[in-house]
Amino acid sequence: MSPVARNRLIALGALLVAGAGLGFVAFGNIGENLVYYWSPSEMLGQGDKAYSATIRLGGVVEPGSIQWNAEHTTLHFRVADDVKEGAPSVLVRSTETPPQMFRDKIGVVVEGTYDKSGVFSSNRLMVNHSNEYRAPKEGEDPRQWQETLSDATTAMGAK
Amino acid sequence: MGKFIKWGLPALALAVLAAGWWLGLAWAPPDREMGDVQRIMYVHVPLQWVAMVAMAINFVVAIGYLMKASWKLDATAEASAEIGLVLGTAGMITGAIWGRPTWGVYWSWDPRLTSQAIMLVTYTGYLVLRRFVEDPEKRATWSAVVAIIGAINLPIVWFSVRWWRSLHQVQSTPKTVDPEMTLALRVSAFGMLFLTIWFLVQRYRQALAERQAEVALPDALPSDLAAAGGANSSRVA
Repeated sequence: MSPVARNRLIALGALLVAGAGLGFVAFGNIGENLVYYWSPSEMLGQGDKAYSATIRLGGVVEPGSIQWNAEHTTLHFRVADDVKEGAPSVLVRSTETPPQMFRDKIGVVVEGTYDKSGVFSSNRLMVNHSNEYRAPKEGEDPRQWQETLSDATTAMGAK
Repeated sequence: MGKFIKWGLPALALAVLAAGWWLGLAWAPPDREMGDVQRIMYVHVPLQWVAMVAMAINFVVAIGYLMKASWKLDATAEASAEIGLVLGTAGMITGAIWGRPTWGVYWSWDPRLTSQAIMLVTYTGYLVLRRFVEDPEKRATWSAVVAIIGAINLPIVWFSVRWWRSLHQVQSTPKTVDPEMTLALRVSAFGMLFLTIWFLVQRYRQALAERQAEVALPDALPSDLAAAGGANSSRVA
């Protein structure tokens, strides 16, 4: 075989391997085994499997659920599947200072353990931002608007 | 043309990049939620885009080399992989700096960050392989295979935020970004692109000169390189 034909065959083989690999990743449902976080309803549906293992729970902060205890520096809030009222939710306890953007209705991912008392103890609280970037509305300083959302977040902002 | 590449292109790139960053830092409004922190977007996003462009070039010339062997294509492959790795690493670092104040963490093993890390390791491996193979023809062929297989990561990195749940948000579009911010981002991205093209041309010329020296004068190179270069037996144009 001439070197040219050999190289072209190598190219074909490499492309086939790459295509098969990509196809497997894209359509092979590996996402089901590689879930970055569980939603509250998924976690609650796991039954005993959800207890005591370190897991990630993701969702949105249930409106009005944020409670900050300044004396014990603990933060309680509920993570819900979505912002609709009555969506499945889980109570989360965190002793960490939350990121600046933490507020009602924002997306969060918490890492920690869920125990049989129904409380998720978080040792890592992450906030995820949407893909929207907007200027502040007229007469509004950046971030100022969120402090008016609830007393709980105002208290946290002042901390 | 030579004069333009030597002086005009870097001047153009730096001028456009300066304009884009001025627009982003001083002219565009801050984000209503993140405030001024959001302005790192004008550095992070262009870096990631041009890293993707450099790695896509690497993929195309790798196939090209196997179709029709040429030192020009091999030199382009080396240049694009190196520059793509530098830009992608800078993109990842700026992403981590952005992540700390917004997400609360520098790093998390989410699909986007993990696939990007695998991509950077792959291209590091690609460059290591190139250094280890002394015969220029074998080096070009073997590294082309690694480049083609490694390139499956490019669509995975791009679509990871859509295929799987992640901490990283999905791609923004002009619909989700205010027009002033979109303009600043576009100007910054073009500046970064021109800078990347200039880097690529410079690095390509070095790589091509090195290849031609390896083939033409194997004895003139350090002994470890020359030994495998063989006695002018190259079949590659």
